[in-house]
Amino acid sequence: MKACCWYGKNDVRVETVPDPKIENPRDAIIKVNLAAICGSDLHLLHGAVPSMESGDILGHEFMGEVMEVGAGNHKLRRGDRVVVPFAIACGSCFYCRNQMWSLCDNSNPNAGKLEKMYGQSSAGLFGHSHLFGGYAGGQAEYVRVPFADVGPMKIPDSIDDERALFLSDIFPSGYEAAENCGIQPGDTIAVWGCGPVGLFAIKSAYLLGAERVIALDTYPERLEMAVESCRAYALNYEKVNVVEKLKQMTGGRGPDACIDAVGFEAHGTTLPALVDEMKFKRSLATDKPNALRQAIQACRKGGTVSIAGFYTGFLDKFPMGAAFAKALTFKMGRACVHKYMPRLMDLIEQGKIDPTFPITHRMNLCDAAEGYRMFDSKEDNCVKVVLRS
Amino acid sequence: MLLAYGVKKRSAAGTLLAVLGGDLIYRGTTGYSPLYDALGLPPAEELLGKSASIPYRQGIRIEKAITIDKPREEVYSFWRNLSNLPRFMKNLHRVTPLGDKQSHWTAFGPGGKLVEWDAEINHEEPNELIGWRSLTGSDVDSAGSVHFKPAPGGRGTEVYIELQYNPPGGALGATLAKLIGRDPGSEVEEDLRRLKQILETGEIATIAGQPTGKLDTVRREQARVRRLRPARDQVEVASEDSFPASDAPSWTASRGALVS
Repeated sequence: MKACCWYGKNDVRVETVPDPKIENPRDAIIKVNLAAICGSDLHLLHGAVPSMESGDILGHEFMGEVMEVGAGNHKLRRGDRVVVPFAIACGSCFYCRNQMWSLCDNSNPNAGKLEKMYGQSSAGLFGHSHLFGGYAGGQAEYVRVPFADVGPMKIPDSIDDERALFLSDIFPSGYEAAENCGIQPGDTIAVWGCGPVGLFAIKSAYLLGAERVIALDTYPERLEMAVESCRAYALNYEKVNVVEKLKQMTGGRGPDACIDAVGFEAHGTTLPALVDEMKFKRSLATDKPNALRQAIQACRKGGTVSIAGFYTGFLDKFPMGAAFAKALTFKMGRACVHKYMPRLMDLIEQGKIDPTFPITHRMNLCDAAEGYRMFDSKEDNCVKVVLRS
Repeated sequence: MLLAYGVKKRSAAGTLLAVLGGDLIYRGTTGYSPLYDALGLPPAEELLGKSASIPYRQGIRIEKAITIDKPREEVYSFWRNLSNLPRFMKNLHRVTPLGDKQSHWTAFGPGGKLVEWDAEINHEEPNELIGWRSLTGSDVDSAGSVHFKPAPGGRGTEVYIELQYNPPGGALGATLAKLIGRDPGSEVEEDLRRLKQILETGEIATIAGQPTGKLDTVRREQARVRRLRPARDQVEVASEDSFPASDAPSWTASRGALVS
């Protein structure tokens, strides 16, 4: 089969690789109909994520048709059309049973390594480095899905492939980030990052009752999408003093909650951001939390900072004093997709949201390298690339 | 149960320790256990009766814990059926019970050769504790205990394992082993993780056998795909030269390996 593989920094290529097969009884083999390139795949492209190995198959956003089912899987049948969560969960550990699916105890074969780094291991992930299990990803014609009686969700006939695809990651990620804000009537939410996750966070914040959502980015087409498709108020953070402007827009209070949908490769032109960049390039820092710093400074007292963007290592110059003095609540983590899939599938079926709105480019799988390039450079106003197998 | 690091498998460390270990003195369980203390149990020599012991400050000691979301009785019986141990202890080959307390063990030694020994359970309390030691004359020398305690808040069972062994060359031998890249503590952790996976999910998480784009794999797969394509005759090749397809196919599918 063809698969998009990682070969080093800025080197991804589609190559011919063996087909996957059933390895464990609860596995299923999915024929991938559609896959997507995620913002977190760009961290892999940039070589910013440790433990990648040459030849690793990428991709954690995918949907398709069940081709083969292991003997221990009594839920799926050949021919079922399913969308698959990006994190792999066993369904039976303490974390899965308490809806903390992305913290599964049992799905990471390299749990020991991650535990040494972070204290405990989280769930295995598709296509996202060996620290998270090294599982072959879904930017391919076929993919092996472990614990396939827990993860994959059947798609009703009324929802087509494209409208189901983003249930694998970005829609639940945005939704969970918004839900973590604890939105109350009248609230103003500020969202840093108008990539696909940020855009879904904006839409979800309105679905959850926010009065107003302010979107921050620097790319005009992304701000435009935030305004046109998501009804946000847009701020270009390179043209305004973000903290001051947000205060002005909220009667001096600051936003009630702030969502960081940017993560550890944040850009910026302020002095701390430039220091971040310099240290990052010299491997003196692993993470650049520019958006997060602004969010902490801007957030109203007693508010919540909800972090959807990924971090991997350590932060410098983290404004802990501001966070403490203002009694901020921090909520963060990889989305627990399994928890949200049913209700978000309902929203799509009822027509309350059309989740295809971020798609700007559709390509064949064999052009995946070009897709990565465009998505990374944001050329041609690229916001989201979908790959067809 | 064995964590026979003295003759670990397929490793230079194992060979080194085995060679140094020609005159192992048999040791039993240790004279002091902070774990026993914490659990409110009397000291080992009271529980276990007379046996030679490794004074607490000598030898290598490993203590690990894991919580398994299953009832204590289930975890205990799985472990007490010693023939289950190789399912999660990757260096073990087979454990054969010989009666109620004694058992025969085989494990992978240096170069993949099997090593074997006998052991006995010298203390047990159903659903709470299994204590064991290898018997005199064994190639390997180890002793340990595993404790099962209900986890708070309905979280299942806490499993505490305590191992003591006195490798030849003492602490130096163990340090050498670590330098050669074997870390018994991590191996015990991995064993416990596999136990948890088996009991909670019925499987052990793995990526063994999955596809990869490693270049030698890609080359082999491309060669295999080429062999599966039907041969083309000269007319077909010539026609393509004259009338090239207007839309090149994006890829050539091969389903040979995929069985439905």
